[in-house]
Amino acid sequence: MNESAGIGRDFARRLLRNRLTAAGGAVILFFFLVAAIPGLFSSHAPNRIDIVNILRPPSTDHPLGTDDLGRDVLARVAYGARISLSVGFVAVGIAMLIGLVVGLLSGFYGGSVDAVLMRFVDMMLCFPSFFLILSVIAFIGPSIWNIMIIIGLTGWMGVARLVRAETLSLKERDFVAAGRAQGAGNARIIFRHVLPNTLAPILVAATLGVAGAILTESALSFLGIGVQPPTPSWGNILTAGKDNIEYAWWLSLFPGLAILVTVLGYNLLGEGIRDAADPRLKGR
Amino acid sequence: MLRYVLRRLLLTIPLLVGISLVSFLMMHMAPGGPIGAGTDMNPKATAESRARLQAYYGLDQPLHIQYGRWLGRLATLDFGDSFSPDGRPVAEKIKERIPITLTINVLSMGLIFLVAIPVGIYSAVRRGSVFDRISTVAVFTGFAIPTFWLALLLMILFGVKLGWLPISGISSMDYDNLGTLGRIADRGKHLLLPVLLAGFTGLAGMSRYMRSNMLEVIRQDYIATARAKGLPEGTVVFRHAMRNALLPVITILGLSVPDLLGGSVIFETIFSIPGMGQLFYQGVMSRDYPLIMGILTIGAVLTLLGNLLADVGYALADPRIRQG
Repeated sequence: MNESAGIGRDFARRLLRNRLTAAGGAVILFFFLVAAIPGLFSSHAPNRIDIVNILRPPSTDHPLGTDDLGRDVLARVAYGARISLSVGFVAVGIAMLIGLVVGLLSGFYGGSVDAVLMRFVDMMLCFPSFFLILSVIAFIGPSIWNIMIIIGLTGWMGVARLVRAETLSLKERDFVAAGRAQGAGNARIIFRHVLPNTLAPILVAATLGVAGAILTESALSFLGIGVQPPTPSWGNILTAGKDNIEYAWWLSLFPGLAILVTVLGYNLLGEGIRDAADPRLKGR
Repeated sequence: MLRYVLRRLLLTIPLLVGISLVSFLMMHMAPGGPIGAGTDMNPKATAESRARLQAYYGLDQPLHIQYGRWLGRLATLDFGDSFSPDGRPVAEKIKERIPITLTINVLSMGLIFLVAIPVGIYSAVRRGSVFDRISTVAVFTGFAIPTFWLALLLMILFGVKLGWLPISGISSMDYDNLGTLGRIADRGKHLLLPVLLAGFTGLAGMSRYMRSNMLEVIRQDYIATARAKGLPEGTVVFRHAMRNALLPVITILGLSVPDLLGGSVIFETIFSIPGMGQLFYQGVMSRDYPLIMGILTIGAVLTLLGNLLADVGYALADPRIRQG
């Protein structure tokens, strides 16, 4: 007990000592704040149409300008943070859950279970994932929930392989044998001994996965097959940016910056967790 | 070697069957039905004409019979006719779109190799230098930049503000009147941004990958031996280290196929390039089932082919693989 707390503290210390990781974490915290209370950042309502002030460049009243319907871009970007962050989390949650179950079953039981599951993974990996996502959306229609679910359902294969590999090596270790010797059943071995030890690589994969999911959602929304207007998402604000590319650079610049900074934050944090969990990999 | 290739080929057969089954089932498990979008919005579509459509596409048959028929036609590259008003065969539509998509992707792959490999090697050799730090920052930014956003910014800069490059299509209005050189220049101008953007994420990924490979190899004993022999640093880096660090890159080349294909949907739509990605996007928007199934299948087969080439290439380059 004491020892594991010590390991946790050591991990946290290594994590925070890396300045880039801390910066990534700070960015993510900031956007969490934005998503939690977007009203703090802009007094305008995100969907309030103002015909008189269409496509106004940044000013004191509208720090990031207005869009083609006169809506405040800052307000829309702030409310869009909710969408992007929640899509990232739910999608990755789904992917992690499936990947974890498939990986644990495959690695722990081996044999035909492993063969069937891994061939299925191989097959899924043959589809260009963006093609797969687009196809499914074409049939079930675009909505926030559908996007989250589809990104999750098409993103678990890497995690499954990762967890399988970890499980394969873990189940040969002495502490698993010791657990067996004490009469622990499969379920107890899996949940108490194997699962906790796969958490570090899963955490890394999840953090990087959130970044990927945010990018995918924004691309889908940008193409008009993701989050549907008037609900603001960083991707669909950029659609308006493209439509008004010759007059309104601010519509294109700011939502994209929000995506860039957020994704960068998650990537830095993910790399930091990896280094902290396994210091040998540092700087690689 | 031949045995290895044959074994590898045999392994792809069950995968191919699996791919066709998954893409087929996926399309049919979705609610709405294949004739939903085309007929729902058309007030003239009677129940009778719907039923005719249903029969025409065999949608009234049980799923396994539909699949059997589809698989049979698939073997002859017959994906059926498009649901779109022109009703042309899907295979024909895809065939005329594929060259431009492949051209852009091959060019961007070339770009990735020309830029990323030297950058990765130099970063690794001069680890911790200013160059290494700058390239690391650039790589992280490259991973995080949404490609479509970068496309917008470059369009604003080079297309709108500076007016240097066209921002849509693959040729100018007066293309037919240009001489050969003029045509090449015109095509080049139109393809410059798309190729750059198609390769952008890969550029970041590949240089990072090359860097870590190189760092791994440099730590090996035989490099220390080469240095101890008194070989010049250039020989050590290029003769001894680089060759081995390049090996896994072959694999990455094959594995990058699905990402490049997926990306082509985005940049072809942005730049109005009449390639397979744009065709797919249009198919998705109009729920053109046969077209979506066709492109999805072709995308998967291309991916499989990429993996196969990667494995075979690797085996050719590294005797340990083909014998072990």
